[in-house]
Amino acid sequence: MAGKTLFDKIWDAHVVEEIKGGPSVLYIDRHLIHEVTSPQAFAGIESRGISLFRPENTVATPDHNVPTVDQHLPIRDELSVFQVNKLTENCEKHGVTLYGLNHPYHGIVHVIGPELGITQPGLTMVCGDSHTSTHGAFGSVAFGIGTSEVEMVLATQCILQPKPKKMLITVDGELSEGVTAKDVVLYIISKISASGGTGYFIEYAGSAIRNLSMEGRMTICNMSIESGARGGLIAPDETTFHYIKGREFAPSGADFDQAVERWKLLKSDEDATFDKELHIDANHIEPMITYGTNPGMGAKITDRIPAVEEVDPGNRKSYQKSLAYMGFEAGSPIAGRKVDYVFVGSCTNGRIEDLREVAQFVQGKKRAEHVTAWIVPGSKQVEKQAHEEGITEKLEAAGFKLRQPGCSACLAMNDDKVPEGMLAVATSNRNFEGRQGPGSRTMLASPLTAAAAAVTGKITDPRTLL
Amino acid sequence: MSTEKFQTIESPAVPLPIENVDTDQIIPARFLKATTREGFGENLFRDWRFDKSGKPKEDFVLNNNTYAGTILVAGKNFGSGSSREHAAWAIHDFGFKVVVSSFFADIFKNNALNNGLLPVQVSETFLATLLSEIEKDAGTIIKVDLEKQVIILTASGKSESFHINPYKKECLLNGYDDIDYLLSIREKIAQFEKSRD
Ligand code: SF4
Repeated sequence: MAGKTLFDKIWDAHVVEEIKGGPSVLYIDRHLIHEVTSPQAFAGIESRGISLFRPENTVATPDHNVPTVDQHLPIRDELSVFQVNKLTENCEKHGVTLYGLNHPYHGIVHVIGPELGITQPGLTMVCGDSHTSTHGAFGSVAFGIGTSEVEMVLATQCILQPKPKKMLITVDGELSEGVTAKDVVLYIISKISASGGTGYFIEYAGSAIRNLSMEGRMTICNMSIESGARGGLIAPDETTFHYIKGREFAPSGADFDQAVERWKLLKSDEDATFDKELHIDANHIEPMITYGTNPGMGAKITDRIPAVEEVDPGNRKSYQKSLAYMGFEAGSPIAGRKVDYVFVGSCTNGRIEDLREVAQFVQGKKRAEHVTAWIVPGSKQVEKQAHEEGITEKLEAAGFKLRQPGCSACLAMNDDKVPEGMLAVATSNRNFEGRQGPGSRTMLASPLTAAAAAVTGKITDPRTLL
Repeated sequence: MSTEKFQTIESPAVPLPIENVDTDQIIPARFLKATTREGFGENLFRDWRFDKSGKPKEDFVLNNNTYAGTILVAGKNFGSGSSREHAAWAIHDFGFKVVVSSFFADIFKNNALNNGLLPVQVSETFLATLLSEIEKDAGTIIKVDLEKQVIILTASGKSESFHINPYKKECLLNGYDDIDYLLSIREKIAQFEKSRD
């Protein structure tokens, strides 16, 4: 019998039963919730008159629509207050742990899970948010679900899921200076397209992935969904164990050592087969940036926007619609465009390593005057660490200000909206029409490329400033 | 949510020949602040449908009286992006019962099925046929028979069969809901937990 993939091992160990001709009943170890996709699920539970099955396995935090300034003051946006209060009320009523605004553990769900040690290898994890794929960086099966499924997890700790197919993406070789995890994942999506991963769960492997920090691995797994894949995962190794050790909810002492012994077994067998494989040479990857309105429309920052003739005839209409929205001309160079806004943050690149990188890069440089820059830590803990490490001061010296944690301009549900027609370089994960505010235009890139845009005021290859 | 029983649909269709329609277009984030499932149809395709002042944009298909019906026919890779179930609610709330495309994003597909909205995946060729027939005659009637898993252009008789998970099909036809099923096996789930300790 052929060996099993890591994904198979974790999935199979969580199947409670298979429905004939149907999906599997999959047991969920950890459930994260936030204010936007959970209220209807709690309402459903209440209208059925049932209680939560395992309230201790769910953790909540409001992140999507919280303000990123003056968090000590009452929230002003009425609807946002309503949702945040609703979350608090639901958590209190149903016995769910909540890390609310101003709690030292508050932050974006996908940032706090790992930093609190809630995310661990071998687990199944879900959240009513597509970027739950982030947690796969620890060798867990983690994916986003809809609100009906949130209700299922609250009610039974299970969901009904068809098993996805498996894809292996190996990235071998060394990343050159100025090339980061974000560039790797933007490169991958530009190769397989925004729908190339649909129906699959991706395992990332290869030396370039192994050499990444946990933060880098999270960035890659986070954006798996942007290729359409439900999730992505990376086999745990010493880097993983080292990251988890000592975190609040991680096992400690002898328990930790035992857990590591189990976690070490979590890898794909040598003879395991995948439904699809892709091999990438890390040496080919350069700083990447998107020029269109889906994350698959990315290119090297030194490149041009493809000419219409270079695009598959079937896709030309959509391609032109997308460029028209961006106000870009096919065939024109990407670099040199004037940038109005820079956003560093989100569950993709709002972790301490990202802030460190930006602070280091802008040292001795100044923010371009016409650029509005929002630098938003992914969590309270990231914010605290940034203060302790002197990152905040370095940023301030260069004319930047650190805001308070939340999703912020990643989806612009709060006040952090990029105005109509303005061009933003963002370290987040989606460049859809209007994602950062109605009529806003977004180019996705790494924190380094975002920092380069912030100091030069235009799209700039960060390597020219290193 | 318990859903209604899904009946065979016969209706003209609304064409949306755009690829990669993501859930941020279906329902922009700033309209996600309600805590119930109702009323999202009002803001379906908000920024394509209305200008800044809230005036309907004439060139958008939902503002074009020529087209109506309970079937939405859309371009490839429909529903990509965010997991927001609000997208499925908005489409359903607006009055659609079926979305036809040549490719659906996974989470959207699950969300639709959990809300009595049927995603019908057809071949690129059949999608092109559908769109061109609708373009020729906005009144073109399309029949979607879930029981037989077939989509038919009634006038020409052109048809294609579509796939749906047999369990999900049963659920839709009978108005069953996944949660009812899961609740019925809570005991078994508890045993599963014990077996892992
Ligand atoms: S940061 Fe953006 S992508 Fe991440 S959870 Fe928040 S809204 Fe979603």
